Amino acid sequence: MTQNPSTGPAGSPAGPVWVPSEAELGRRRIRKAQDRKRALIAAASSFVIIGGLVLLVGTSQGWPVVRQTFFDVQYGWEILPLLLEAFRLNLILWVIAAVAIGIISMLLALVRTSTSPALAPLRFLATVYVDVFRGTPLLLVIYLIGFGIPALQLTERPIPVVVLGTTAVIITYAAYVAEVIRSGILSVHPSQRAAARSLGLSHFQTLRHVVLPQAIRRVVPPLLNDLVALLKDVGLISVLGVVEVIRQAQILTSKSFNFTPYVVASILFLIVTIPLTRLTDRVLERTIARQNAQGSA
Amino acid sequence: MTGIDRAGAPVLELVDVRKSFGHDVVLQGVSLTVPEHSVTVLIGASGSGKSTLLRCINQLERVDDGLILFDGQDVCDPRADVDDIRQRIGIVFQSFNLFPHMRVIDNITLALRKVHGVAKDEAEARALELLSRFSLADKAQQYPDRLSGGQQQRVAIVRALAVQPRLMLFDEVTSALDPVLVNEVLSAVRELRSEGMTMVIATHEMGFATQVADEVCFLAGGVIHERGTPQQVIEDPQDPDTREFLRRVREAGRL
Repeated sequence: MTQNPSTGPAGSPAGPVWVPSEAELGRRRIRKAQDRKRALIAAASSFVIIGGLVLLVGTSQGWPVVRQTFFDVQYGWEILPLLLEAFRLNLILWVIAAVAIGIISMLLALVRTSTSPALAPLRFLATVYVDVFRGTPLLLVIYLIGFGIPALQLTERPIPVVVLGTTAVIITYAAYVAEVIRSGILSVHPSQRAAARSLGLSHFQTLRHVVLPQAIRRVVPPLLNDLVALLKDVGLISVLGVVEVIRQAQILTSKSFNFTPYVVASILFLIVTIPLTRLTDRVLERTIARQNAQGSA
Repeated sequence: MTGIDRAGAPVLELVDVRKSFGHDVVLQGVSLTVPEHSVTVLIGASGSGKSTLLRCINQLERVDDGLILFDGQDVCDPRADVDDIRQRIGIVFQSFNLFPHMRVIDNITLALRKVHGVAKDEAEARALELLSRFSLADKAQQYPDRLSGGQQQRVAIVRALAVQPRLMLFDEVTSALDPVLVNEVLSAVRELRSEGMTMVIATHEMGFATQVADEVCFLAGGVIHERGTPQQVIEDPQDPDTREFLRRVREAGRL
């Protein structure tokens, strides 16, 4: 938007600097008025809806009790260090799992989209793997691995449940993410592959330099989605007895008969997930804008 | 010979239209009058602002300044009903933009049924009539990707025509087609001209421009350098930039 009288490109035949005409100034006034009206409507409707909700909750019969048992601010501050300590474990496991999932899912996707006859058995195994773990509830996989592997007595000393639980999460999520990446690879138009191969690039070089960069760019938004979901689902390993933040909140609650720890734990999750979700939105918008720019060129 | 002396108030009038993308000024003061039943052809190199001008007319782009009067109504007025204006302006794009998930007949009747509330039977009857006029009747039940580029582009023209627009805009409609297919699309446009459709056409086909244009405008750097009848502008250009452009077109063997 060139609001102020701008000089055109050098040597432009327009000559003198451009000053908006009366008609354009009038339009701007109208647009401004329309914007003000829209903002006013938005503010009014927000006020009515949010105000209504506050009123509904605040005046309900059980609200005083709920406030005490769920929103006890002083108790919340007291237990915050304990919950933070536990949440640290969630974050560490999240990062480890994310890295492992990234590697395994990429391999799975590559195997599943490969065409070489030598890889046929691997392709078959990868397909079975994805079918099984994408279709089994995560919680069941955690139980099966968390209780099943120790029963095998493979090692002298038992494997820590944190490791087993995280492994279960990694195995399951790798199947989800592999499918996302595979769909990205398949969405790259065959003509791109043909163009790269006709330049003499090998199958692998084509994949590495032409197909994957485009595929990954397309699936970044859904992958970020999975990343957010992963943070929440890492907490599921608490069913094996791992004291992460959800488990810690549960322990505190059962001691004090006050549910504030659950609320505090939720807030901790939100502090991480909301910025990530915003980032996902922004990436998605950028991707769409870029595709549209290509379309109109 | 003046070329544009057909009677009647102009369907479209542009006065000093400006448009920039960031610091890139694409149109700097373009004025244009398109009388009813006349054909205005925009020529000029890629990036001269032809497409942007067409996109401004049906409000796909918002202008920075200037007036665009369509049947006397300022389409740039923020209070104007953009949907209503677009219903009366047909546009055909370089890249067809048919809906790939719909059969040809559904592509054509979509706006008739959903926007204009025409009953399905009547809409399809009207679509079939139009299709047969453009020798496409046998393609009605097909999906767009089964058609050749020329057929797809003619379907796109029929789709724009189906709602009986007052003005048709053509944005380099043959640029994506091979020379053989170009001709069938251009004949379709000629057919429209003979029926008196008011049109604004951006094209690289100089021969075609000479045949159909009442007025030819040469755009460069967002300014109309020269305008007049095809005889004046294409066959006997006065402006040095127009001469240079046409010389290069001739060198490329496109005239």
